[in-house]
Amino acid sequence: MAFQPVTAAIRFGCGLSPVVAPPADLASLFEQIVGPDEMAAAYPLMEFDAFQAEILEYRDLVRARRKARGTDGFQARRKAANVFRKNIRQRQMRWLQTHMLRRVDTRQGLRERLVAFWADHFTAQGKGGIARWGTTPYVETSIRPHVAGSFADMLVDVVTAPLMLMYLDQDRSIGPNSQMGIVRRNKGRPSGLNENLAREVLELHTLGVNGPYTQDDVRQLAELFTGMSFQPEVGFNFRKPLAEPGTETVMGKTYGGSDEHFSHVEEALRDIAAHPATAAHIARKLVVHFVSDTPDPAHVAHVEARFNETGGNLAEVTAALIEHPAAWETERPNVKQPFEFVSSSLRALAVPAAAFEPLNERQSQALLATPLAQMGQVWERPAGPDGFPEQDDAWITPQGLAARLNWAVTVPRILMGDLPDPRAFVDTALGPRATDAVRFAARASESVHEGVALILSSPAFQRL
Amino acid sequence: MTDFTRRRFLTRSLALGCSAAASPLMTPVSLAAAPFDNRLVVIILRGGMDGLGVVQPYGDPGYEALRGAPVLSGDDALMDLDGFYGLNPALAPLYPMWQAGELSFAHAVSTPYRGKRSHFDGQDILEAGSPDADGVTARDGWLNRMLQTVPGITAETAYAIGHGESYLLRGAAPVSNWSPEVDVTISPQGLLLADLVMHDDPVFRDALAQAFELADSDGTEVAGMDATEPTMGGAVRSMAEARGNASHTRIAQFAAERLREDSRIAAFSINGWDTHLGQSRMLPRALTRLSDTLITLRDTLKGDWSKTTVIAMTEFGRTARFNGTDGTDHGTGGTMLMAGGALRRQQVVADWPGLGEADLYGRRDLMPTRDVRAHAAWVMRGMFGLDRSTLETSIFPGLDMGADPNLIA
Repeated sequence: MAFQPVTAAIRFGCGLSPVVAPPADLASLFEQIVGPDEMAAAYPLMEFDAFQAEILEYRDLVRARRKARGTDGFQARRKAANVFRKNIRQRQMRWLQTHMLRRVDTRQGLRERLVAFWADHFTAQGKGGIARWGTTPYVETSIRPHVAGSFADMLVDVVTAPLMLMYLDQDRSIGPNSQMGIVRRNKGRPSGLNENLAREVLELHTLGVNGPYTQDDVRQLAELFTGMSFQPEVGFNFRKPLAEPGTETVMGKTYGGSDEHFSHVEEALRDIAAHPATAAHIARKLVVHFVSDTPDPAHVAHVEARFNETGGNLAEVTAALIEHPAAWETERPNVKQPFEFVSSSLRALAVPAAAFEPLNERQSQALLATPLAQMGQVWERPAGPDGFPEQDDAWITPQGLAARLNWAVTVPRILMGDLPDPRAFVDTALGPRATDAVRFAARASESVHEGVALILSSPAFQRL
Repeated sequence: MTDFTRRRFLTRSLALGCSAAASPLMTPVSLAAAPFDNRLVVIILRGGMDGLGVVQPYGDPGYEALRGAPVLSGDDALMDLDGFYGLNPALAPLYPMWQAGELSFAHAVSTPYRGKRSHFDGQDILEAGSPDADGVTARDGWLNRMLQTVPGITAETAYAIGHGESYLLRGAAPVSNWSPEVDVTISPQGLLLADLVMHDDPVFRDALAQAFELADSDGTEVAGMDATEPTMGGAVRSMAEARGNASHTRIAQFAAERLREDSRIAAFSINGWDTHLGQSRMLPRALTRLSDTLITLRDTLKGDWSKTTVIAMTEFGRTARFNGTDGTDHGTGGTMLMAGGALRRQQVVADWPGLGEADLYGRRDLMPTRDVRAHAAWVMRGMFGLDRSTLETSIFPGLDMGADPNLIA
């Protein structure tokens, strides 16, 4: 089997669209990720440095509120902090719309899909204050620019990203024999290593759970990581007083020495990124995500080899993913995750930006965020650092499927007013994938909105 | 498909009427025999329930200094439990349950989580059931690990109810999920057509059949002649309902109905315990949801209530003192609630730490004197006969269950 435009648009893109033609050949599919980022320009989202300024601003509001407790100024301070927080919560719903619109309009669908893949691979969530709404800026800054770049660069950016340092507790890790560690220990305060980030870097981000590392490597890497911290005033900061002195040996190689410095951490990260086990882990995960829960070993081997040959050049790795014949194998492809299902439905319907503009926060919740949660995907909040599940049966549960059907029956009608004629829409949404059963349902349904819903609910639409 | 004409199709759908449950197109959910007969319901009280406000140790000489004089008479009086503890009057509807020996509490309990008092970490540790000793929390939930130790588990054995982030039941053992607020409103014909379009893909076909059966059985018909045009108002309303006050009793009813059949474990959450301000209004509201939930479970379970234990636990307690806004902030020691006909008797189990300044954890919170996981472990030991070493190593790694509090009859 070889390249097909419709499969390219669905499996390696954001779905079929009545406005944007599918890529004509493999070269134009590949062009989508190496050219200028059109959607980042058309629908800009916040970068992390701007968000960091907001974290600081909110922290100051909360401090002012705390200081004013019991005084006349308290109510005003409380209100100021609440308003600030509320605005950010409301903006989060606007951002969800923006993410959807990027997928509705894009001519570079593969780029959006890769951003989502890597954002999930490097899942991070903020804790406390307003940081929980920092995922979008984190992805925009630390993931998106790298999807056709170097894996090692992305790894270094992600591991030093404030959200990751918070999420996996690196900001609590103190070298037991560091300057600060000794001071704290003498005061009887908690001081010690937190292995969380080091473990997940090896287990989830690079080598994989079956990779060739031991608990000792985790421990050593955790010691090497000490010093990495985040302060809202300065962002990422390597604080020597926290860093464990001496050398650390990870996977047989020794790092550091007399002077504690971030360059030692970076050196280790780049070595781990280039390890053959990392290539194998990433290759398999890519094929599983884009093609099938039971990937063709030859396909995985092809991608893995390219990762090794190019030192983890992700444009080349992606090229290997899409050029292999197994990429176009169509028997029982993956099921779309809820975000993909909803966004590709909106794309098939070509929902205009204007349809979202009048929505208030509650309405956006009701039409997008809550349905996604009911489908099993709380947007930007996977349950753990391993991201959302890849297996189809995690999504096609009775509850998940009912929520998809329910969304398809109600939301397009509410957003669009006039829906397309189901008899024509069946070709728009499915192209040559339309089966006799779906065509029949499109003709036989009693109402337009149910006809559209049945097309969107068909396995042909719900699979990649 | 070629001979599947519209006319024949319509004849069939008319003959079926509008009940999906009656449709021969809908394969019934296949139910395997359950591995045991007792039932366990775990409710996560998200937000940090104020144990001192729910089961008030009014007999402790330090109580009044922290919380003000206890109300011992009048309409808002405490319901006395044993001369030392009194029950928040918002739980008065549960008093008969207490008198019947079907309600108990464990006081001054907590998970091993200490220090930062974050909801996020506290709930993770409560549901993962593993301490954060080396900075790592287990990826699966303790209730799922319990299932992994029992042979003969099927997906029907355990239900995670409601949607959201709960990871109590996450893990390798098969588990079902359902949210009763997921209602599919589609015309009877739309329903038949949905089955048609999914028919050749077994994954979708089977999930759809189960969805319709579950949706029909949870109190609202899936397909109705009144499947009207969707509106924005309707969408916002149904979301508000799903989050609102009605959803907890629907969840309880659905859970009890499954437990009457072949399910044995159900887990869900009740939110609204984060009472930083206006606690005198907020806490009774949450307690009413909790008591409605327990009463719905009891009344729907009927005869099976006698084989049931419900445990309700929270990520941490709250500060011993009120803050400046008639509320309480995140604390440490708290209270766990147990209910059900399988309990031995009514009791407040506690190694009471006292409420003097020096007795408090960090001079601030109720001192936890027992691990809340130990009580959950003893309940599972009593209900399912799990051996102690399994409980202390696989289900709650590193837990010392301590002495048997004799919770289960």
